[in-house]
Amino acid sequence: MSGVAPGNGAGPRGRDPAGTAGAVTPGDVAPVAGTGDVWDARVAGALAFLRRRLTGQYEVDEFGFDRELTDAVINPLLRPMYRDWFRVEVRGLVHLPATGPGLVVANHSGTVALDALMLALAVHDEHPAHRYLRLLGADLVFRTPFLSEVARKGGATLACNADVERLLDNDELVGVFPEGFKGVGKLYRDRYRLQRFGRGGFVSAALRTGTPIIPAAIVGAEEIYPMIANARPLARLLGMPYFPVTPTFPWLGPLGLVPLPSKWLIEFGEPIDVLPYAEDHDDPVVVYNLADLVREHIQSTLDNLLQVRAAGDYAR
Amino acid sequence: MNTGQAPEVVLVTGVSRYLGAQAAARLALDPRIGRVIGLDPNDPTAETSTLLAGTVEVVRADLRTAELAKIMVEYDVRAVVHLAVAAAPDPRAGGRAAMKEQNVIGTMQLLAACQQAPLLRKLVVRSSTAAYGRSFRDPAVFVEDTEPRDLPRGGFARDVLDIEGYVRGFRRRAPHVAATVLRFAPFIGHRANTSLTRYFSLPLVPTVLGRDPRLQFVHVDDAMEILHRSVVENHSGTFNVAGPGAITLSQAVRRAGRVAVPVPEPGMSAVALFARQYGGLSFSLDQLDLFVSGRVVDVTRLAREFNISPRTTEEAFADFLRGLGNSGVLPHSTIRAAEQAILDGIRAVRAAGRGTPQGGGR
Repeated sequence: MSGVAPGNGAGPRGRDPAGTAGAVTPGDVAPVAGTGDVWDARVAGALAFLRRRLTGQYEVDEFGFDRELTDAVINPLLRPMYRDWFRVEVRGLVHLPATGPGLVVANHSGTVALDALMLALAVHDEHPAHRYLRLLGADLVFRTPFLSEVARKGGATLACNADVERLLDNDELVGVFPEGFKGVGKLYRDRYRLQRFGRGGFVSAALRTGTPIIPAAIVGAEEIYPMIANARPLARLLGMPYFPVTPTFPWLGPLGLVPLPSKWLIEFGEPIDVLPYAEDHDDPVVVYNLADLVREHIQSTLDNLLQVRAAGDYAR
Repeated sequence: MNTGQAPEVVLVTGVSRYLGAQAAARLALDPRIGRVIGLDPNDPTAETSTLLAGTVEVVRADLRTAELAKIMVEYDVRAVVHLAVAAAPDPRAGGRAAMKEQNVIGTMQLLAACQQAPLLRKLVVRSSTAAYGRSFRDPAVFVEDTEPRDLPRGGFARDVLDIEGYVRGFRRRAPHVAATVLRFAPFIGHRANTSLTRYFSLPLVPTVLGRDPRLQFVHVDDAMEILHRSVVENHSGTFNVAGPGAITLSQAVRRAGRVAVPVPEPGMSAVALFARQYGGLSFSLDQLDLFVSGRVVDVTRLAREFNISPRTTEEAFADFLRGLGNSGVLPHSTIRAAEQAILDGIRAVRAAGRGTPQGGGR
């Protein structure tokens, strides 16, 4: 996106770092040839996008991932939050594979699982291969109308071994949060203390498919909705795993839904090669020990990143 | 894959319906097969009787009578193709109660007769991907070994589970019979006429609010091919039969040039009633399950065993749309014309605003 046309009053909406929103694909109405008119191309691209959506001329994979919608709508909506609100800074990108399968295992926090969305955007926008992180979600996500469909279109699927192994067999990069609701719904006073990693189902999936595990530590998400209490009766009534009470929610109503603008740091660690243990994929002790290893790795990276942030040792 | 074992006498159930008649007629045309006997308690319709004429010997008998065992012996039946499995209740033939009677009790009796037929070596049973049930804890893609987590709500899906249960028992008791269970995805194609194809032919298509399920179809011709080869070759086992890939319901509606009308889930039954009255459309809990959860299966086992690559779901649906013609409320040509008109309009306005005809970026 170089050279905005002079005299066009370069609009304030023209920011699109990945340059994906208005991409013109074959079969679209061609922009006026030879003029280099950026706005004309943009209008034509946007109209062609609308036409493709209205006529169903796009593809989804068997999990329901709608790549075009993710590029043109979901990611652009998340990007301002990523860049300007949380000012996410990413380290250790070299540890993400440019091709082939990988299982990214991260800590989970923040009352609302924005950390998953920010992690996926970090992988897509910051890594040179612009890969899509296929997130795994709890069944509650897929039970909930609207949310379930947005999640699937964004590339997420249910956290179950069948789906993980299928994605990894398809050479996808998969993102998993083994703490689940225990992590995302913990109180503010427990911040940055990793919860139990379940039964380590993610490890057996990695072992069965021979996929490297890439630990990821996310600092910043704990502060976005600091949960001071959990209104359990209300949660039970609404069928939710927890009902958060934060300094602003539910007191300020919808305003309480605005996340606090904490500074985020995400660090990917060195991949853990599981091939030496591949034969023991059904040995619960091997699985448990490997899960523990990953957990300790993430915990120590978290402690380290917290010091970095406390020292103000980052770009902005 | 095992060839050269085509059975001499084949019995096909459910020949008064399109699928059964089509399969029986095709088997009768195969020179490797001597006789094809069509079994059905009802008279063939005008359409199916022309398919069956002259090639298939039609016997009018109910699956639930003792006659069946006699017929099996009398005709020296070597293979049974069980297609008398109804996917939707027929209001003129007793509705859901009769459908269940035919599907479940009929299969039970047929398998009992099969067990007593000394020459029988092959059994092919029509099943459905509805056998996977419906749960929010289901994996995105079902393989043949996936167990259903929750009992499905739909009558057809429950029947299918019962039928497969009977076949499992039959396999144990009659190990000398090669049993093939074909789990078909919903049929589609330019000639297919099912409750789903009628649904996509509605001008306004009711969908469940907040749900956009992934759908999968199998082209009728591919289904026929696989069915036929299950009889003339040897493919024992259970197989998913579907077009690879998936499309979402909203996508399918848009591709058909239709307009989706999202309705809250509890309101769907009212819509179903309305649709039955005015569109001749039967809309059951089976469809509702499908439209909430969707259903996608893996076809690796099918492709490997039959050495076949069926039309993808997208291709099969495109073939159905060719048969439907450009009849929607929102034809693609209209959308394309609108796009061009808007673009031309904007270009004209911008050119006028600048005072020069196009070309700002120099």
